[in-house]
Amino acid sequence: FADFTPQATFDIKKCDLHRLEEGPPLKAELTRDQGLQYYRTMQTVRRMELKADQLYKQKIIRGFCHLYDGQEACAAGIEASINPTDHLITAYRAHGYTYTRGVSIKEILAELTGRKGGVAKGKGGSMHMYAPHFYGGNGIVGAQGQLFESFNMAALWKLPCIFICENNKYGMGTSVERASASIDYYKRGDFIPGIRVDGMDVLCVREATKFAADHCRSGKGPIVMELQTYRYHGHSMSDPGVSYRTREEIQEVRTKSDPISMLKERMLSNNMASVEEFKEIDVDIRKQVEEAAQFATSDPEPPLEDLCNHIFYNNPPLEVRGTNPWSKLKSVS
Amino acid sequence: IQAQFNVTVRDALNQAMDEELERDERVFLLGEEVAQYDGAYKVSRGLWKKYGDKRIIDTPISEMGFAGIAVGAAMAGLRPICEFMTFNFSMQAIDQVINSAAKTCYMSAGLQAVPIVFRGPNGASAGVAAQHSQCFAAWYAHCPGLKVVSPWNSEDAKGLLKSSIRDDNPVVFLENELLYGVPFEMSEEAQSKDFTIPIGKAKVERAGSHITLVSHSRYVGHCLDAAAVLAKEGIECEVINLRTIRPMDVESIEASVMKTNHLVTVEGGWPQFGVGAEICARIMEGSAFNYLDSPVTRVTGVDIPMPYAKILEDHSLPQIKDIIFSVKKTLNV
Repeated sequence: FADFTPQATFDIKKCDLHRLEEGPPLKAELTRDQGLQYYRTMQTVRRMELKADQLYKQKIIRGFCHLYDGQEACAAGIEASINPTDHLITAYRAHGYTYTRGVSIKEILAELTGRKGGVAKGKGGSMHMYAPHFYGGNGIVGAQGQLFESFNMAALWKLPCIFICENNKYGMGTSVERASASIDYYKRGDFIPGIRVDGMDVLCVREATKFAADHCRSGKGPIVMELQTYRYHGHSMSDPGVSYRTREEIQEVRTKSDPISMLKERMLSNNMASVEEFKEIDVDIRKQVEEAAQFATSDPEPPLEDLCNHIFYNNPPLEVRGTNPWSKLKSVS
Repeated sequence: IQAQFNVTVRDALNQAMDEELERDERVFLLGEEVAQYDGAYKVSRGLWKKYGDKRIIDTPISEMGFAGIAVGAAMAGLRPICEFMTFNFSMQAIDQVINSAAKTCYMSAGLQAVPIVFRGPNGASAGVAAQHSQCFAAWYAHCPGLKVVSPWNSEDAKGLLKSSIRDDNPVVFLENELLYGVPFEMSEEAQSKDFTIPIGKAKVERAGSHITLVSHSRYVGHCLDAAAVLAKEGIECEVINLRTIRPMDVESIEASVMKTNHLVTVEGGWPQFGVGAEICARIMEGSAFNYLDSPVTRVTGVDIPMPYAKILEDHSLPQIKDIIFSVKKTLNV
């Protein structure tokens, strides 16, 4: 391993800027260790999501399941530039962020399969996973009015907030052109500055996030960050994802812009790692995901005693009505 | 001999909308994915192809916004059908439903009508967890100025939706996702383009002499199943399908209670301040009270947010065995 290049500099795409004189740098430095770490993170999310796909088709995962494969560079790049004590919240396509915010594959998959070892003890499901400084996982998203209310207050009070739009070109089955009067989402903050970022390049996302975080931490107020990305799966597992876009389009993104392949090729062509090394990482991740899936399919479901718990926080125990007046259940915090 | 056809609830709703769109050019449908995607649950399949962009409109993900646009259209003389992908999302728009739609006729002393139908799936589905499983029957039925309809089978769905569209008042039309794919027999009469079912009238689905079961939507089926089991033990249940929550057909319930002397209400929603609670109050206030041989029993969902894990979800909603248990307890057998 002593033969490998320990660090290299890469050109990254220029970000489009809104109300900013300068943007993130055009070059990113990457150490070997960082590269392997980003690769590992993205590949883990990728394999975890594909395992979820498999488990869903086997009907071991039920309900709604919105997969993140294709968008890995977003979660990985963001986490690379923020602190674990920063606060992050997202919508329903949340498995990637749940992982980057520190929840284990085991706890994520076991939550998807509804077992007591899940991060929310099986009570939340796919859209409701939480961790310290990670506020989920939210099922219902007001996409317009509430956003502008937030923009206004964040700007008014100079709140250090990065508003991130993962623009994957489609809102469920509707293309952005059919849903938005303007698809320049990075400009939507109007009086709030914004940057539009190549969301398929983990280095670009990292640099942009660092730039955005510095902007906020220096007291300048909020900033909007649009990440141009893509999801390989449909909106959810019940959407085949090909009635509103072509298979050719999906295939083209896979071959030309896959975030994991891009990073790997960069590192290989700069002699930062070997093919065998990546293979070893892949094998290790596969093993970890397999073990997590094993756990997720064998761990018992939550006990019935847990049915009514956690209605309130830090509250004396209370009685909860069951399905009929003779069914008196117990709830503890 | 009356020819019977098997029609799914989904197709019945589709037929209703198709017929009303054809009958009255002021009728139109708007909502997320209703047009080019054929409907998130395929209820509006084929309608966009048949009626085009002006009658079937895909909206951005903006419930407050498009509900407001729909109410405005109704005020201006059109007859919109506003679809919420599920009624959980209607909470984003509830100010428009209540303050703009429900109260306007009253506030204007009859000058301004709001002939609008808000429709979509309501209540629990399968594994969709806390934010996507709430029943809104009680929430909407609380409000004067709204009509709240909750069909069970295909005939209900078709006849009541047609009546709702023809009604000059705001109607909240609560469907059920689990029923969409269920086929029911539809009489030849129901095949007619003029077939409507009056809003505000309940239906006795099964005659019985020992006890009255009152329910709405999916749980009507549960009651009939429970009644079949109980009949084997010599207990004859009268099963009433409310069909409309507001205005509630209390007379039908009273007439039944005066015959059977026992009453059990069955609903999927939460117990506190719910449909069953209202039925209890109305029975107490009316002439049927003196005919009761025991207090009314409410069978309801458990008083908790909906958990994700299957075993917990199963125990959060009334099962057929809960209905059977409650009937026997009420009859003291």
